[in-house]
Amino acid sequence: MSDFTHGFWPIYISVITLVSIIGTWVFLKTQTTRKLAPGEKAELMEHTWDEDLQDLNNPLPRWWLGLFYATLIFSLAYLALWPGLGNFAGLLGWTSLQEYQQEVKTAEARFQPVYAGFMKQDIATVAANPEAHAIGRNLYLTYCSQCHGSDATGARGFPNLTDHDWLYGGDPDTLKATITDGRSGMMPALGEALGPQGTKEVANYVLSLSGRKHDARLASAGRQKFAENCAACHMPDGSGMAAMGAPNLTDKVWLYGGSEASIIESIAKGRNGVMPGAAQTLGTTSNRDAKLHLLAAYIYGLSQQK
Amino acid sequence: MISHESIEKNLGLLIVLTILIVSIGGLVQIVPLFFQTSTTQAVAGLTPYTPLQLAGRDLYIREGCVGCHSQMVRPFRAETERYGHYSVAGEYVYDRPFLWGSKRTGPDLHRVGGRYSDAWHAAHLMNPRDVVPESNMPAYPWLDRPLKDDAIQQKMRVLNLVGHGYTEEQIAGAPAALEGKTELDAMVAYLQVLGTHAPKN
Repeated sequence: MSDFTHGFWPIYISVITLVSIIGTWVFLKTQTTRKLAPGEKAELMEHTWDEDLQDLNNPLPRWWLGLFYATLIFSLAYLALWPGLGNFAGLLGWTSLQEYQQEVKTAEARFQPVYAGFMKQDIATVAANPEAHAIGRNLYLTYCSQCHGSDATGARGFPNLTDHDWLYGGDPDTLKATITDGRSGMMPALGEALGPQGTKEVANYVLSLSGRKHDARLASAGRQKFAENCAACHMPDGSGMAAMGAPNLTDKVWLYGGSEASIIESIAKGRNGVMPGAAQTLGTTSNRDAKLHLLAAYIYGLSQQK
Repeated sequence: MISHESIEKNLGLLIVLTILIVSIGGLVQIVPLFFQTSTTQAVAGLTPYTPLQLAGRDLYIREGCVGCHSQMVRPFRAETERYGHYSVAGEYVYDRPFLWGSKRTGPDLHRVGGRYSDAWHAAHLMNPRDVVPESNMPAYPWLDRPLKDDAIQQKMRVLNLVGHGYTEEQIAGAPAALEGKTELDAMVAYLQVLGTHAPKN
């Protein structure tokens, strides 16, 4: 297996490398003056500067010279054991990929038994297990907390996972499906169809559904428009439809804000809350299924708390 | 053998020999990289950045994102568990200059594409604390302004000189592709394409 586009390159690398090492050796050898005999004076260099500045040609200290040779020997040993000379893989056969795979294998051997135990249990059982909860929390903080918050209470546009209110459903299987494949909200923009006045009327009708402060005249004008434009997903009574991810409009949970202005914005521009699936996020790991299981259990556990 | 004295007293020779010695490392370690398949061939599916992504990449450079975010997932389990597949050389063939970075005050971004929604990126760039209360990343509220990149066609032509292979049609359509976009749009477009052609497992 050669990664080089031409057979010249491995030779090019090997030759320059080895010639440099040998050349350095030769250079050191030829330029080193011999060790002085006891009492012998070093040779005086020919040049004299500024009338009386002179140079003595002292030999290199032996220990220092020894270090030079040691680096040369080290480099040869290194090149023999590890990759470096063109296509030569080295006597140890080491590769960074192998090292990585070994690391992954070691971790698998350690964690797989733990995961396997949890995989045999259903999500509700796993959710009650403190050890699974600790693992799930780590997974949650790594993969989910950026949107849903480290305390899982979400942010504007990113659902709170602790409030017992679910867009797509909070049972174990639905949670697992949501985490695995992600979700894509699909509320269309209705601003043009309804017009500014119509939007305001519908918004006030929506406010009335949850008993918020609203203009009764506008709300009654919006009732029919709601039935025509919104009820297909949010249901005629505004209680929402989990299959579509259409939120219940009669409760106190407002993902994008429950003020008149926010609701008008939602109606006029639509909302397309996207949750990416974890298929990519969970990445390369061989324990993906177990991680999904533990994550789903952790999230399910959040909704079981008081 | 040349004596030490003749080298020291002959400046021209000293310069030539110095350059020769200094360049050996580069000749052996850098030059062959231009003749290796793994470093010069794009990974499957990788295409040059679209005009909008390219403009976003320039904003990424302008705002100095590379100072805190690396784009290099190393082959360690701790990194692949968090980010995804480790980075490979063929993913960077259209990165000029590459933005590997050398410091992670924030997380690595080489696998960030598709990890968050566009809306998340928009909110996060406007004010990171709106979505991640613990974040120490600065806010970039000024990105929400019209994108102006008059040099986009020129950039694409220059990148063609080094083999990016934009067609005349793509270059002609570039200004239209940026029409009506904000800097935020461009930045998000760039972030969302990062790592989307990572090797599959």
